[in-house]
Amino acid sequence: MLETAHRAASRRHRRRGLGLLPGLLLGLLLTAVVGLVAVPAGAAPAACSPDAATACIQGTLRTSAGEPAVGVTFDVEGPAGTFQGVTNDAGQWSVAVTEAGEYTVTLDETTLPAGESLRDPAANPKTVQADLGRRPGALFALGDPAAAPAPSASASSSDGAGSGDSPESPAAPEAGAASEGGASGESAAAEGSGNNRILQLVVSGLVFGLLLALASVGANLIYGTTGLSNFAHGDLVTLGGLIAFTAVRTWGLPLWSAIIIATAGGMVAGWLLDAGIFAPLRRRGVGVTQQLIVTIGLALSMINLYLVLYGASPLPIVSSISERIDLGPVSLSQQTILSVVIAGVVLAAVALVLQRTRIGRATRAVSDNPPLAAASGIKVASIIRGVWVSSAGLASLGGVLMGLYLGSTRFNFGSVLLLLMFAAITLGGLGSPLGGLLGALVIGLVVELSTLVLPNDLRYASALVILIVVLLVRPQGILGRAQRIG
Amino acid sequence: MDFASLLTDVLREATGPTAIAYALAAIGLNIHFGLTGLINMGQAGFMLLGAYGFAISTIAGLPLVVAFLIAIGCAVVFALILGLPTLKLRGDYLAIVTIAAAEIIRFIGRSVGLNDLTGGSQGLLGNQFKYSFEGASPFADGLVAIGPISLQMNASNSWWLRIVGWGLVALACLIVFLLLRSPWGRVLKGIREDEDAVRALGKNVYTFKLQSLVLGGVFGAVGGIVISLASSVQPDSLGRPVTFNTWTILLLGGAATVFGPVLGSILFWAALVLVRGLMRGLIPPDVLSSTEIEPLGFVLVGITLVLLIVFRPQGILGDKKELAING
Repeated sequence: MLETAHRAASRRHRRRGLGLLPGLLLGLLLTAVVGLVAVPAGAAPAACSPDAATACIQGTLRTSAGEPAVGVTFDVEGPAGTFQGVTNDAGQWSVAVTEAGEYTVTLDETTLPAGESLRDPAANPKTVQADLGRRPGALFALGDPAAAPAPSASASSSDGAGSGDSPESPAAPEAGAASEGGASGESAAAEGSGNNRILQLVVSGLVFGLLLALASVGANLIYGTTGLSNFAHGDLVTLGGLIAFTAVRTWGLPLWSAIIIATAGGMVAGWLLDAGIFAPLRRRGVGVTQQLIVTIGLALSMINLYLVLYGASPLPIVSSISERIDLGPVSLSQQTILSVVIAGVVLAAVALVLQRTRIGRATRAVSDNPPLAAASGIKVASIIRGVWVSSAGLASLGGVLMGLYLGSTRFNFGSVLLLLMFAAITLGGLGSPLGGLLGALVIGLVVELSTLVLPNDLRYASALVILIVVLLVRPQGILGRAQRIG
Repeated sequence: MDFASLLTDVLREATGPTAIAYALAAIGLNIHFGLTGLINMGQAGFMLLGAYGFAISTIAGLPLVVAFLIAIGCAVVFALILGLPTLKLRGDYLAIVTIAAAEIIRFIGRSVGLNDLTGGSQGLLGNQFKYSFEGASPFADGLVAIGPISLQMNASNSWWLRIVGWGLVALACLIVFLLLRSPWGRVLKGIREDEDAVRALGKNVYTFKLQSLVLGGVFGAVGGIVISLASSVQPDSLGRPVTFNTWTILLLGGAATVFGPVLGSILFWAALVLVRGLMRGLIPPDVLSSTEIEPLGFVLVGITLVLLIVFRPQGILGDKKELAING
């Protein structure tokens, strides 16, 4: 009786798998096209956005009191000619140059706000090295020449390409992995007003946690069925964000179709990863530890490939600033509400599939005990293939929604989230999807609420501390079973 | 394109402070992974701590030797904090905890709140803490050319740093060579192969793992000092990719060997500079700009790591029978 049920389940699964194949091939083509036309074309929300032919020399100028210094003029002179930049209301200025080389940036001291002077007059003019596709920063500090350094003056330089002393920085192993911790200050929390700030933070935390749960549930499923911690999962999340960015900004498609294409693209990537790499490795009996190192190599390749294709600057999926809607004492943007609804529905669907359908039951059987599942007629290999496909698809979808929530996507934004996702699924119990949701909500709350007591740029660190503490106290997580730790 | 200057670049990079620092870090990782089988994904954290420890204590006015010892002390304390709770757990938990801990160090280092101490995300400028090391040089200042390479004798990326650096690498190799032959090293290898068997022989596996973590972390910290002396201490330049590169170097040269990490580091940086130089010279800049070639090199590194682990997990010098990686 049980056996026939399982056989039926696997037969149905096989048929479904065959039906999926043409769709997958189509998706494969799509991803290839994405890769070819990936250079962001019409993405120019700011005054200047660097691409293959442009570099943006830029900076932020603040007065000695930390306020933006408005209307200050900069003269930029170099190989591409002479340009002028003026600071805007936020104290920011930028100049687009179309030729790489050394540029001299001169601050016109006569345009400084009344009573302000350069802290170090000798540092004006400054020389910056501008490479195409970068945003080299030229930062000047205002204030009393003798005063102690004000932190505000040094806190911009968007992708670490400029400033700092690196006279012969050794082949800079970090091609742009800079400025990640503080990069996501665009979350809704930043705008919460004074008196109900805690409530706003709690809501933001729950939203972030829900999206984190969607992004991480795939990693959890893969861990459950194969025992593998997939370090490339974060880059699958980035993949979704980047595909959606390309679909909306380059192809001009509406957002809903971009979400579908991104999910499909992620599923294709998952299929390719399993069919091309991990299924053969499992067949050869390669250990989980070796597979883990393989995922690390993949992560390294993927993140740098994204960097080549898309550059290091933030890429907003949707150009317009969406309206904020007040829900009682808190306010959320329309995009955020859309993301939350989709994430909630999809997570519920995943739970339903796992609990109620035959494939879900077979998946749980494989994750419990693969040999026994195989012995009772479940096709373990195709279940694992299905888990890889859905895992990567969910990661991609999570990436799009997370990109909408955070305001923009970036070549490394998924890998920044990777450790938070690990924290979430470890906290919930590795291999337990429901626990993963719980863990993600806790991590989301911790990340947002920690800004009450800690500086904003330490918010992710606080979640990682929780990860370590959990492993010390209860390594099987909230809902995990003790036997999982060996 | 100019092959002579490209080959000079390759030679300079393969013998330079970056290769030295990565060789030291990979030797440390070899003690963790090659000898003991620990999956440490936070070697960059040890390097960063070493660099901070050295730079901050030098800026505070301490002499060279004391600063060096403080850097090592930081790594020892970090290894103890990390290892005491987690070494009882299974391998991939250690991987997650170490990578998370290294990221925490980096987040804290680049935090605005610690600007006065660590310089925030800008880091600490080399000129603030290099003087004591450069002052300890017995050689006269000035530009010295040996073969095709011409460098400052004492400043920054100097001959003096290379002499000391390769001296440290030689010392580290000697230590690993002696360890491999010692009873202590045999216990470590036993833990790598079969933890329970070693436990059955009455050895305290936990203590041995902890000692291994501390020793390997110290080598990582020394590597961090070398890299900071060549340029500056910057938290974002010692992030996760550094750990991944170190793993590639170790697996390229061969884990569980004495010279594997050193050979791996020299080959890694030589190959990276060579490939980038060739791409720059042969591909017209309107197809691939120079800023795109840099990450493309790391795409190849990632692929190399995958291919190595699949087709030649023992690396160049390793013995396939000896290295059966298992979780």
